[in-house]
Amino acid sequence: MEGKKFDTKPVTIRIKKIIKESDTVNTYVFEYPLGAKPGQFVMMWIPGVDEKPISVAYDDGKEFWLTVCNVGPATAALFEMKEGDFVGIRGPFGTYYKIDDGDHLALVAGGYGAAPMYFVALEALKKNCKVEFLIGARSKDFVLYTKKILGLHGVNLHISTNDGSMGFTGLVTNLLEDVILDVEKKDEKIDKVFTCGPEMMMKFVGDIAWKNGIDCYVSVEKYMKCGVGVCGQCAVDSTGVLACRQGSVMKYNYVRKLSEFGKYHRDAQGKKIYFGDKK
Amino acid sequence: MVDLGIKFCGVKFANPTVLASGILGVTASSLKNVILNGAGGVTTKSIWLEEHKGHRNPTMFGTENYFINAVGLSDAGIEKAISETFPEYNDEKPAPIIASIVAGKIDDFGLLAEKISECDPDIIEVNISCPNVESEFGKPFACVVTDAAAVTKVVRARTKKPVIIKLSPNVSNIGEIAKACMAAGADGFCAVNTFGPGLAIDINTRMPILTNKVGGISGPGIKPLAVKCVYDVFKATGAPIVGTGGVLTGEDVVEMMMVGARLVGMGTMVYYRGVEGFKKVVVEVEEWCEKNGVKNLEEIIGTVKI
Repeated sequence: MEGKKFDTKPVTIRIKKIIKESDTVNTYVFEYPLGAKPGQFVMMWIPGVDEKPISVAYDDGKEFWLTVCNVGPATAALFEMKEGDFVGIRGPFGTYYKIDDGDHLALVAGGYGAAPMYFVALEALKKNCKVEFLIGARSKDFVLYTKKILGLHGVNLHISTNDGSMGFTGLVTNLLEDVILDVEKKDEKIDKVFTCGPEMMMKFVGDIAWKNGIDCYVSVEKYMKCGVGVCGQCAVDSTGVLACRQGSVMKYNYVRKLSEFGKYHRDAQGKKIYFGDKK
Repeated sequence: MVDLGIKFCGVKFANPTVLASGILGVTASSLKNVILNGAGGVTTKSIWLEEHKGHRNPTMFGTENYFINAVGLSDAGIEKAISETFPEYNDEKPAPIIASIVAGKIDDFGLLAEKISECDPDIIEVNISCPNVESEFGKPFACVVTDAAAVTKVVRARTKKPVIIKLSPNVSNIGEIAKACMAAGADGFCAVNTFGPGLAIDINTRMPILTNKVGGISGPGIKPLAVKCVYDVFKATGAPIVGTGGVLTGEDVVEMMMVGARLVGMGTMVYYRGVEGFKKVVVEVEEWCEKNGVKNLEEIIGTVKI
């Protein structure tokens, strides 16, 4: 009919290597031609336990990486697994960050959003882009991937931490404003802002880009079940747009009009949970 | 010009396609988006009295031939339907809405029917046939004649809205169950729910893929089975039916209607053709009618030569 690939059965692949990024973050390396683009995600199945959406942190056509933070029972089970164990992968799913040749990009990562943004930076360099890579985190323990990013020629790394334990003291949004100004001072301009991280952070990043007239793309992440646009679990108010199909990467000038973005998300039962609520 | 309009239990639908329950039905904005994409009506995800947790992921996946799911009827409960889903949908209501209700105990269906009626749905669909919650609730009510009739009776007693019963295909005589529901006061049917349940194994780990182990089967592979069920229910009762199961194209819709369906439900179609598939299917139905000299879609219902 429309000629798309209909097989979304999980493929079970052995973990080739586990890289410890920090006390709570591991990178899982798989030898498999996934074919993901930067910003896309997979559904990662921990057999017998659960399946979660995870952004792809690297894909060279032969090997891909998933960087995972240990946040709950499913990831706790994953952290018990060893090299050689099987996990299931469905995907890659969703939209991706479209990179134009020669652009000057600001990549704004919140916490472990640095992992998928690293993949964006790699692709951007292949397209002769200049990259400002901003990472914001609570403290230095939550700043990831710095060594890998510093190893990239043509990428300027800027770091902010809330407690000042690394880099600029304060929020990554303040840092972004500074970076935009600094680039302007050199008679250059940021062509696009790509951001991945907590929703409230992305909202503020998007608003700064909007104010400065810069196109911005955000990664809209909601509770997901099918990953393929069927179950409706990740439908975003007020248009019912699906985070898994029309997202997760969406243009901020569309996202800013969504009544839900930056206000609430929904749990597995579809109940609203407002940001800032304890639950 | 072809008239694609269908009257079902007194409710006027602009075209015969209806979103099946459980697909894209978590929020009002999602349901409205389905109408924007061409559906003649929508069915909500099944609504419980209280919040109900579904199964853990993986809850579904598809192949070229079938789709398997065991979401496990996750829902936030009737309060969300009352305070959010229905007020938001009914505000500038774009098309008829069918409220799907589900409960673990027969008596709970009565209270649910009463409460959901206050939300002013056009039709109430009584889901007694989900194959994915057997570990919690035992055999679906739709699989036992007396249970199916008993649920129908308590719902009928508590609402004036049209009541349709969602039937299970996993029975030896679906016509007999439909007849018993009609005698208990049903106005029509949605036929059918998913098949099975089935079991899919990952051969590397030797484990079931779905966390619930088993899941209901839908998609193109089940279409002839579903068509046979609709035929049996229509022959047994002559009642209005939302024919559902494996429908992907306009020709599939025509086929379902020829065996007796007045409306045609689509869910898994969205996996194969996207939500915009509704628009495409409606165009295909219209084209078929034009080619075959059908001016009013009502003409073809139940016209199979068998």
